[in-house]
Amino acid sequence: MTEPPLLELKDITKRFPGVVANDGVDFDLRKGEVHALLGENGAGKSTLMNILYGLYHPDEGEIRLRGEPVRIDSPHAAIDAGIGMVHQHFMLIPVMSVAENIVLAMEPRTGPFLDHGKANERVKEISERFGLAVRPEAMIESISVGMQQRVEILKALYRGAEILILDEPTAVLTPQEALELFEIIRSLQAEGKSIIFITHKLGEVLEIADRITVLRRGKTIETVPREGATEEGLARLMVGREVLLQVEKKPAEPGEPLLTVEDLRVYDERGLEAVRGLSLEVRSGEIVGIAGVDGNGQTELVEAITGLRHIDSGRVVAAGTDITDKSARGSLEAGVGHIPEDRHRRGLVLDFTLAENMALKDYCEEPDSKWGWLFPKRIIARAAKLLEEFDVRGGGPQTPAASLSGGNQQKVVVAREVSRDPRILVAAQPTRGLDVGAIEFVHRRLVAERDEGRAILLISFELDEILSLSDRILVMYEGRVVGEYPPTVSEDELGIAMLGGRREAAA
Amino acid sequence: MSEAAPPPPPPPEPPLASSPEGSVSGLQTFYDRAGGLLVPIAAALLAFVIGGIVVLITEKSLSAPFEAYQAIFQGTGLGWFIPGGDTAEEARDLQQTLLITTPLILTGIAVAFAFRCGMFNIGGQGQYWVGLLTAIWFGTHFDGMPPVVHVTLALVAGIFAGAVWGGIAGLLKATTGAHEVISTIMLNWIAIWVGKWLLEAPDGFLQGTDPSLPRSDNIFDSAKLPAIWGALQPLHAGIFIALFALIVYHLLLNRTTLGYEVRAVGFNPDAAAYGGISVKRNYFLALAIAGAFAGLAGAIDMVGWKYRLTSTEFDANFYGFTGIAVALLGRNKALGILFAGLLFGSLIVGTSPRQLDPEVFNPELATNLATMIQALIIAFVGAEFLILYLWRARRKVGIGPKRAAPEQG
Repeated sequence: MTEPPLLELKDITKRFPGVVANDGVDFDLRKGEVHALLGENGAGKSTLMNILYGLYHPDEGEIRLRGEPVRIDSPHAAIDAGIGMVHQHFMLIPVMSVAENIVLAMEPRTGPFLDHGKANERVKEISERFGLAVRPEAMIESISVGMQQRVEILKALYRGAEILILDEPTAVLTPQEALELFEIIRSLQAEGKSIIFITHKLGEVLEIADRITVLRRGKTIETVPREGATEEGLARLMVGREVLLQVEKKPAEPGEPLLTVEDLRVYDERGLEAVRGLSLEVRSGEIVGIAGVDGNGQTELVEAITGLRHIDSGRVVAAGTDITDKSARGSLEAGVGHIPEDRHRRGLVLDFTLAENMALKDYCEEPDSKWGWLFPKRIIARAAKLLEEFDVRGGGPQTPAASLSGGNQQKVVVAREVSRDPRILVAAQPTRGLDVGAIEFVHRRLVAERDEGRAILLISFELDEILSLSDRILVMYEGRVVGEYPPTVSEDELGIAMLGGRREAAA
Repeated sequence: MSEAAPPPPPPPEPPLASSPEGSVSGLQTFYDRAGGLLVPIAAALLAFVIGGIVVLITEKSLSAPFEAYQAIFQGTGLGWFIPGGDTAEEARDLQQTLLITTPLILTGIAVAFAFRCGMFNIGGQGQYWVGLLTAIWFGTHFDGMPPVVHVTLALVAGIFAGAVWGGIAGLLKATTGAHEVISTIMLNWIAIWVGKWLLEAPDGFLQGTDPSLPRSDNIFDSAKLPAIWGALQPLHAGIFIALFALIVYHLLLNRTTLGYEVRAVGFNPDAAAYGGISVKRNYFLALAIAGAFAGLAGAIDMVGWKYRLTSTEFDANFYGFTGIAVALLGRNKALGILFAGLLFGSLIVGTSPRQLDPEVFNPELATNLATMIQALIIAFVGAEFLILYLWRARRKVGIGPKRAAPEQG
């Protein structure tokens, strides 16, 4: 190689009190390539990119741009150097138009005023050049998340970015939107832009990246080309041990129906009908997956089954008990376990200790208490046993739940729900925000519970998860089940059904 | 967790625990722990320093603040604990301090208990009054009852009345969603004006035998708590009831399923509901129980040392409101409430003009100083994040090299 790489990060070290976030990290980016930065949560990806974008200053190491050492000490300097970043959480002003957001801070003016015409024109110009269709006049708050992401990318391009950092860009997108994003990335690449793609999703990396750099615990593990890379190999590099990506499971042996939902109608907070005459059945020993885009009534369905939301009409029967419109306690006493979609909001009392959280559903029963009197020692002893059994790390029974990592918090939730020995387990987004190792744990546990003869209803926005775990797949669209598929169905077919593309009679 | 968030420190050992929360909130736990004692103590000290500056400015003398605080301290009788003081006079002062500390502990619990359920009970004052008024009625009736039975009846009736008063606010919140701050404030005024009416109206229900005075009769001797220390206005057995109430508070909160539910609802109502706990039921129960403690405070004051009530006292007695300061400074912990109650009790007694030599300390300034220090403590405890921030900034400066402020991505 005669020409130096476009960008080089050499031996970057960044320490925070008590921790080395980046420990001699090397990274380089060639012109016109898509380079994925892969690693688990907390591996140091974001720290490295924040250094590159001027938000942090490295303690050691240097940054070279086209072979020349540069100093990037603010996002402003990064923008001047042609580096643009699209954050995971968008930095857009909702009440302003697309064009206004894009030209913000570098507005074309007539006198002291923003020249709207010129702004719209410029935005149109770059959006056409890179194939990112947007309506410049649309308000940010009225466009979809995928569109907002395009606006963020356009904002970076408008400011002259040659290097584009995308931080977990698909985390907020539907599968279809993700595919569109990949198209956009390819067209940017064709225009000569260089892209750093941060992610912890293996499939995406193999789909879009030219080269892949894996970080683990703040260190560069390896940089590999896409050719020859496999999901298993990358997962091993990320986690540092063998990871079973494909859940091993025997064929299901469904028994009697345990959860029956008939013609369910439920309203959401705004008083709109969110679940509109939905029926389904889950048998013992099977996992029924509900696929669907977020906001099609999944949350309301789960809350109705678990007694957290008023049921307008219809019927829910759990293990022979009619729990239609019963309280949450009625639902859990009928044998419904619930891994909630938001472990911070519902699943855990973060200020409680792990032991207290483990007791959240049993505190009022023996052996945790008798006649209203708690026995903390018993609660702690039981929690200690469960923490060990479920391999929860980062704290003991007396540790506040807030101080655990997301993966371990989720294990606490799973441990509590499974240890209650429910007949039915409703698992809503059970692996949201978890990294590969923790996902593996949760998946294996769910399959093990299925094999124990529980009926499992799995709700997930991750198609991979639905496809690999479910024995039957129901697609939910606008509050109804619009189709049933075997787990051998293709992702494309599911994706189309999820967008309401095809309607079949519900099974 | 957002990947864009600042320092994602991977903990050394477990590969699964590599999310940033680990050590960041470990640090937070440390601050919380330090903050548990640091904030109240810093708040109290700061309040005394500022109070001292005010004294310095008004008295225009450098030694004035020290003299003033010395005089206040003498007035509290706390010197009784130090060997070799004028024990007779100090004992008498200390009796008064403990006499006032008793209701403050109870109204402090009333605020703290509701706090732990996520509610702000401003109604301690009203609950105190209904407890006290109920105790008057029971104390001025049932002549000839055995003493233990009579005084117990008056206290239990006061507890019950306070529970009803708090329970009304709880019921309103549980059924209609009415905010407890508004409803408890309203209930305070209802209690005060009903109380005045009972004493002042012609043939008022609680009015004493002399219809020209807005005053109740004295309660019967059988309804009085026994004196335990002193002669003129002695300390009564109510202090033991208050100390016992602290133990009840602690056990109720931490060792019963009810306390578990209350704390769960206070920390996270959504998670509590998910765990099968009725959030509404707990709102009601928590405010009713809080009211019971404040009602007990009022009843104890009546059967312990007041023995009768004059309607002017409605404009002078604020033990219910002071309970808010006690709970805030005491961090809703039993031991904290004990010490905070003692501090505010001491301040009130130590600055009461009766105790002070006007040569040393202008009496008008004295009572106002107590109110001022009380208000400053509340403000500083409320501004705990400010104090924690200053504390952390101090540490940062000590560390030295310029550090990029962690920006939220």
